[in-house]
Amino acid sequence: MTLNAAATSERLTIAILALGGQGGGVLADWIQEVALAEGWLAQGTSVPGVAQRTGSTVYYVELAKPDGSGRLPVMAQMPMPGDVDVVVASELMETGRALLRGFSTAQRTTLIGSTHRIYAIGEKQAMGDGRGNGEKILEAAHQRSKRFIGFDMEAATDRSGSVISAVMFGALAGSGALPFPTETFHAAIEHSGIAVKSNLKGFQEGFDLAQQPVAMPDETVHAVPVPTTVQGRALADRIAASLPEVAQANALHGVAKLMDYQDGSYASLYLDRLERISALDAAPFELTAEAARHLALWMSYEDTIRVADLKTRGSRLDRVRGEVKAQDDQLLSITEFMHPRLQEVCETLPEGIGRRILGSKVLSGFLGRFFTEGRHVETTSLRWFLALRLVAAMRKWRPRSLRYYEEQVRIERWLGLIGSEAQRDCAVALELVRCQRLIKGYGETFERGLRNYERIIAEHRHQPRDAAEIRRLRDLALADDKSSSLMESIG
Amino acid sequence: MAERSFKKEVTKLTAGAGETFTGEGILAVTKGLLQSGVAYVGGYQGSPISHLMDVFADANDLLESLGVHFEASASEATAAAMLAASVNYPLRGAVAWKSVVGTNVASDALSNVASGGVTGGALVIVGEDYGEGSSIMQERTHAFAMKSQMWLIDPRPNLPSIVESVEQGFRLSEASNTPVMLQLRVRSCHMTGSFVAKDNVRPPLTVGEAAAAPTRDLDRIVLPPANFLHEVEKIEKRWPAGIAYVRDNKLNEWFGPGETDEGIGLIVQGGLYNNLNRAMELLGLADAYGVSKLPIYCLNVVYPIIPEEVADFCRNKRAVLILEEGQPEFIEHELNTLVRRAGLDTRVVGKDVLPRSGEYTADVIRKGLAKFLAKEAPALAPELEAANPLPAPVAKEIPQRPAGFCTGCPERPIFTAMKLVERELGPTHVSADIGCHLFSILPPFNIGNTTMGYGLGAAGASAFKPKDGKGSKRSIAIMGDGGFWHNGLTSGIGNAVFNKDDTVTVIIDNGYSAATGGQDILSSRADNANRVTKNPISKAVRGVGARWVRETHRTYDVPAMRDMLREALTTPEKGPKVIVAQSECMLNKQRREKKQKAADLRAGNRVIRERFGVDSDTCTGDHSCIRLSGCPSLTIKPNPDPLRQDPVAHVENSCVGCGLCGEVSHAAVLCPSFYRARIVANPGRFERIKAKISGAIIGRWQANVERGRAARAF
Repeated sequence: MTLNAAATSERLTIAILALGGQGGGVLADWIQEVALAEGWLAQGTSVPGVAQRTGSTVYYVELAKPDGSGRLPVMAQMPMPGDVDVVVASELMETGRALLRGFSTAQRTTLIGSTHRIYAIGEKQAMGDGRGNGEKILEAAHQRSKRFIGFDMEAATDRSGSVISAVMFGALAGSGALPFPTETFHAAIEHSGIAVKSNLKGFQEGFDLAQQPVAMPDETVHAVPVPTTVQGRALADRIAASLPEVAQANALHGVAKLMDYQDGSYASLYLDRLERISALDAAPFELTAEAARHLALWMSYEDTIRVADLKTRGSRLDRVRGEVKAQDDQLLSITEFMHPRLQEVCETLPEGIGRRILGSKVLSGFLGRFFTEGRHVETTSLRWFLALRLVAAMRKWRPRSLRYYEEQVRIERWLGLIGSEAQRDCAVALELVRCQRLIKGYGETFERGLRNYERIIAEHRHQPRDAAEIRRLRDLALADDKSSSLMESIG
Repeated sequence: MAERSFKKEVTKLTAGAGETFTGEGILAVTKGLLQSGVAYVGGYQGSPISHLMDVFADANDLLESLGVHFEASASEATAAAMLAASVNYPLRGAVAWKSVVGTNVASDALSNVASGGVTGGALVIVGEDYGEGSSIMQERTHAFAMKSQMWLIDPRPNLPSIVESVEQGFRLSEASNTPVMLQLRVRSCHMTGSFVAKDNVRPPLTVGEAAAAPTRDLDRIVLPPANFLHEVEKIEKRWPAGIAYVRDNKLNEWFGPGETDEGIGLIVQGGLYNNLNRAMELLGLADAYGVSKLPIYCLNVVYPIIPEEVADFCRNKRAVLILEEGQPEFIEHELNTLVRRAGLDTRVVGKDVLPRSGEYTADVIRKGLAKFLAKEAPALAPELEAANPLPAPVAKEIPQRPAGFCTGCPERPIFTAMKLVERELGPTHVSADIGCHLFSILPPFNIGNTTMGYGLGAAGASAFKPKDGKGSKRSIAIMGDGGFWHNGLTSGIGNAVFNKDDTVTVIIDNGYSAATGGQDILSSRADNANRVTKNPISKAVRGVGARWVRETHRTYDVPAMRDMLREALTTPEKGPKVIVAQSECMLNKQRREKKQKAADLRAGNRVIRERFGVDSDTCTGDHSCIRLSGCPSLTIKPNPDPLRQDPVAHVENSCVGCGLCGEVSHAAVLCPSFYRARIVANPGRFERIKAKISGAIIGRWQANVERGRAARAF
């Protein structure tokens, strides 16, 4: 029998911070069962109610060693700041919340927290990047706990095919913060009789990871693309020769993206444009590096050809299979929700024709009727697959399309402005480059973004703004999807 | 079927004398009722008392075998009115609900039963939803006890005390012919613990026997002149009887020494006793077992206050601290009066050192107590260490996490449709109600202007008569099926028909009283052995005279929902427009279907699973889809594109494939990134062959395309 390091106290207080639906209550029950089995007294409390619907909740467990007199200790019903021995939190920001509420203290608390993120609605709904900074939370977690055990509990849950409460229970046992043998923890899971095997697996994952140093979830590192063709090598050489080093990674990604998007000569056009900016730039060449990013993104604008191509790739089918966890013997069919409007269709047509249809009320009125409904496109069916491949094959004619024409005009106008600003004030040019971030998406989202972008550019042309001001306007454009903050500011 | 089943736990309720009962607070209360020979119970669900109702429902067989009648009441008013059975007959009855909102609803019946008084013990169990996690206005039930003269018990939060309070509550009620309220704070309802059980007692008289031999006493009916008689009786007879019972049976408790050199003492509401002890323990003034260095007078009965006990406790003390949660500070006022009447000059300290509002946690009490000691007994005053809050730059990274619609919730698409209509017609005044649908007021929907109470959504819109002519706008009212049956049919729809209100009412019918834990109601589609279900809301609405009534049986059909709303808002027809939007609560549906699917999978049957996904290479990270949904399974992840910086949308594996994501991207013309994956386990032979053929052709084609791409690639 293995016995964990005995706690010295006659009373142990444990706070569990979880989201509704994560099984914090189950965990609290297990802990109490362990304590009772070991002859301790246990009390658990929680606040169910609306918080159970995905909000954050606190469960509290108090354990006491009887003094043999038969008297019952007076137990508290809520964790008290500064008086908590163990905090178990099921997510990084909930770990942060334990710190915010003062539950974890440097003198006393074993803090067991997951390092993965479940984003809150406020973070998710932002039009750009609304995510909170987890690094700061981790730093504070180290400072404000006697011992911090942190790992990605979600990944551990996935690996073990278990539930996060079992992983947390394992980490609690593995932390040694409770003076009870591991076997008793196992027994609690077995006794519950529900999903015993997978829960024990999750428990073991948590137990083992609790012995490891704090680990952050793996971050994807984007390797710089390596050329595989003659044409690719030529362009890579050109980048190495003509662009400053800080811009080269982005430029390589850009070239690879545009060759995939169109072809080598389009990628050359990209480098022509980029070199023009680089020539006006000076160390530290931030302008060129950022232009390499944003120019590539603009030049690979989203059109029906691109979408049809991406949706019908073999690699995509495999990716979806993995993402939805379809097993090999299971059939997978994929349905897309496409809503091509007459606008997008005409943009794919040759410039002259597309323009004529959109310009004629009669024609667009007549044709528009065929493009009002959204379509369910089953890309795994032969019929739709072929139809989409047909659209994707129009890549060759893309340079003659109306949209191509329009986008190149916009890009050139943007580059012209950046060029002239770069000679005057590089910081302003840099912020103007970054304004490309506003132009994204499809349909109404794209139109709104473009409108906001043009508003800011028009403001600047009308009355030159400094870099900070342009940044502020850009942030305002991302503040709400009715553009009201931006409009208020520029009047 | 309720969200949580107590089928297993209720078997513990048969425990006999001497057995140790271990379980939650609500189970302990139920056991206390059975040990008291209760004849009937009723109530209305709502946190923190929902589970008590679920326990009653799951214990139905046991209750029946003991001859106890149980009803899941239509509302708190219904439950309170049940206590009428204790007026003329020696029947013990108990009702339960969430307070203070439930007490508001019940107050008419409570006033009546309190006026006439009771013969059999009448116990009102209120789950006090005050403090952290509360979803209602912060008010005190104490005021109701005072105004109607019902005694209010606030027991120390441990199971033996709570069970004892149930038993004493009935006796106190009978001794003083007065209904008694038993107040349980949120955490006490769900607190685990143990107590030594007694045998269950069959009611000496059952409700059936009482009904078979009716008696009548005109003096118990609230009508002149009896009502004036009641007022006198309350003061001259029942009040002294109540005081005598509390005093003689020592329902209140004393801890610590009788007196100290410092001449101070503490008076505490029973429910706060544990927090007080913890605070004192950390200040070195008590130990873990409640051995206190200061005199404590613990009020397990907070109304009425016993004048002799107060006088005895305050005599020879310079100052006492009253720990009383919530406001107004009724007890503090009463203590001041009683101290003056007793001719003492003890100072009563309370809200001057403790906060006027909010929960009295151990931490709050510690700080208040420290202030009190610093003033009245500096020798005992502790040095509190300086607070060390998380620095603001770190704290601001921690996002708010408001409650929201569950994954796949059928109510979400209704608000998505409302958002889309709002884009076309501009904003409307929206009168919200109580229930899960109230999450619409939060991000990402931000829909709803007021909420006036349970089932009062339509009534809350009734004042908004649209103006004549151009720019006229109808307001929208929301109501859940729970609220509809609670009182919305009459107070909302009936009222709107009668007054020719030109409003739009959306009744959200998910088949359960979902927010309170998925209990069945009149219109539930579930089979319920003990209740009558399947009574359609549309029939009731038409029955009270509504003419423009539309139904949808699939709320996920956003375009249909949008068109229906648009029509309701713009039709030339006058009078109330009622939309009944029906789809089953996803929590309940999943609970049922998940089990079935798992069983089918094990049996090797063909099983279809659907879920949604986002192609991260076509997603550009604008998150419009999230702003029109807010589904927990629709989230974000780092952008896999090395050049893009904004996170992309991402669907987690918790997705239940409700279909909203696809509907939204269609109806709102968003983006083509969403896909629906249909996964067929154990497929049939024909579909396997078909998939194989098309898979082979597609595969070959893709390989071809791939070769071309590789040739022109980087």
